[in-house]
Amino acid sequence: MARALPITHLQALLDRLGADGRTVVGPVARDGAVVLEPVRIVDELAQGWRDEQAPGRYRLVPGEPRVFGALLGPQSPKTWLYPAKLTLFRAERDGASFRTTSPDRPPRLALLGLRACDLAAIRLQDRVLLGSGVEDPAYASRRREVLLVAVQCHRSAETCFCASMDTGPEVSSGYDLRLTEVIDERGHRLVVEAGSEAGRAIAADLPLVDVPHDDDAASRQAAEARAGQSKSLRTEGLRERLLDALRGPHWDEVATRCLGCAGCTMVCPTCFCTAVADVTDATGAAERVRRWDSCFHTEFTHVHGGPTRAELAARYRQWLTHKLATWHDQFGTSGCVGCGRCTTWCPAGIDLVAEAERAATAERRTE
Amino acid sequence: MNDPWVPVPMTIRSRRQETSDTVTFELDASAAPVRFRPGQFTMLWRYGLGEVAISVSGDPREPERLVHTIRAVGAVTRPITQLRPGDVLGVRGPFGRPWPVDEAEGSDVVLVAGGLGMAPLRPAWLHLLANRERYGRVLLLVGARTPADLLFPDQLGAWRARFDTEVQVTVDRADAGWRGPIGVVTRLLERAGLDPARTRVMTCGPEVMMKFVAREALRQGIPADRIAVSMERNMQCAIGVCGHCQWGADFVCRDGPVFGWDRVGARFAVAGV
Repeated sequence: MARALPITHLQALLDRLGADGRTVVGPVARDGAVVLEPVRIVDELAQGWRDEQAPGRYRLVPGEPRVFGALLGPQSPKTWLYPAKLTLFRAERDGASFRTTSPDRPPRLALLGLRACDLAAIRLQDRVLLGSGVEDPAYASRRREVLLVAVQCHRSAETCFCASMDTGPEVSSGYDLRLTEVIDERGHRLVVEAGSEAGRAIAADLPLVDVPHDDDAASRQAAEARAGQSKSLRTEGLRERLLDALRGPHWDEVATRCLGCAGCTMVCPTCFCTAVADVTDATGAAERVRRWDSCFHTEFTHVHGGPTRAELAARYRQWLTHKLATWHDQFGTSGCVGCGRCTTWCPAGIDLVAEAERAATAERRTE
Repeated sequence: MNDPWVPVPMTIRSRRQETSDTVTFELDASAAPVRFRPGQFTMLWRYGLGEVAISVSGDPREPERLVHTIRAVGAVTRPITQLRPGDVLGVRGPFGRPWPVDEAEGSDVVLVAGGLGMAPLRPAWLHLLANRERYGRVLLLVGARTPADLLFPDQLGAWRARFDTEVQVTVDRADAGWRGPIGVVTRLLERAGLDPARTRVMTCGPEVMMKFVAREALRQGIPADRIAVSMERNMQCAIGVCGHCQWGADFVCRDGPVFGWDRVGARFAVAGV
């Protein structure tokens, strides 16, 4: 039988997630967008906001009764599991030599309010950062400790295409807890389902009530979200079509609209490229610091003599063909989860789904 | 601790100025021997300034002497080449896939080096010489811009003096003292009299040079999968996660830097992939 947390007891969930020193991170409305930030009390959550998304457009609209009424902001679990800036190690001089010390212990996290596409993005990051040879220690330590609390989507944004990527909208696996927010004549509540031992232990400590009528709440909401999803990426044969189109005319055309700002790669929940640089201080201590980087930056491919992808057309092509084609070769899956962030947050409103289709079907340039 | 991002300090034991802008360092790796295969590279960190991928140019039989030949061309290689014996570099590695010297046993082997491309080929050449009986003909074809840009000229002379090797050197521009061949290194390949059925080619140099070397080898009938090239790309992690070195579906640091022409030849025809 389904069990639910009356919304008036939501604080009990935050408290329980934050027990044993965990930082609870959830959706917070700030500066006109929903971002993922530490939350201690229910009032900090982005309750009352609904997001409207379109290519190049994101707005928070008030009047939403739900706590989890806004679907996706510019941030994703990547922000917390694979931070935008991270110290790899510290070093200090030791005579002519040097000594290194490990970075600070990473925080133990509970991520609240993740969507099906976010869980899919974590699965992809696991493949890249844990499963392809050498583990990334910073990601591994955060990932092993994290609690994942997902929320079932009740609708889709205009930019969502998770159904066509087979990553949503149902939250079907990879969570510790799945929440389905229900508002009806019986009240306002979160149906709580555990997907792991850790999730069961947390659920057992919450003041849940039996709600037999909510047994199919999650699948019902997922069906509504799916029915409301109009965008879809034609994935069949897409890898081959894109790789056949490397010399196609489309890349030059999209480069006239693309600003090369790298925003799409920053909001993408699976883009994993980073740059490493030294930071030193007046005492002579040094740090190796890793920051998110982007294949849209000219210096990304810099070697002596200049960048190997000097043209913006080549850099756009690298991004799109990597995400949708060569990811398959590297990691056995598409690199796209269909969240639509790249499209929403593109200042030029460039739509990944439309560009992929155009690039893959454009007339090939003859030699 | 076994963190792939953290370098091990190693002291510079010797420094030799090879050309006006190129230096060979020998690092003392006795505390943490670096067992590398010919063609692999390490990440060298100059404290507080930055890190760079450099091919190992030393003898694979000497893991306690880690040798690199470095040209001062960038923001990290310039300060690295200014270091002196007694100074310390951080080292990670070795990384990457090696030259196919094992697969080449029983074959004739041609190494074609352009400029600094001699550095990553030197361990392969030393391996061929150390295991001379396992190979047929061994040829080293070297191209440089000018005689003054030739790397390891004394060793080239000594190798050329052996009766069981064929070593040829050509330069793009001669000076007054040069009596050898002038022209691109591909010419040496044209005249090498190779048996395409039993020859393997390994080449490193500018991409345009490797492209013409591969084209000439293919013209002679050497199969694409017996032609190996070594690629240079921006590398920051060396473990296939920073993304910079991607080239088609490959991470050059992990899937290369040595590639068979059968795998990558088509990429040489598309700029910026």
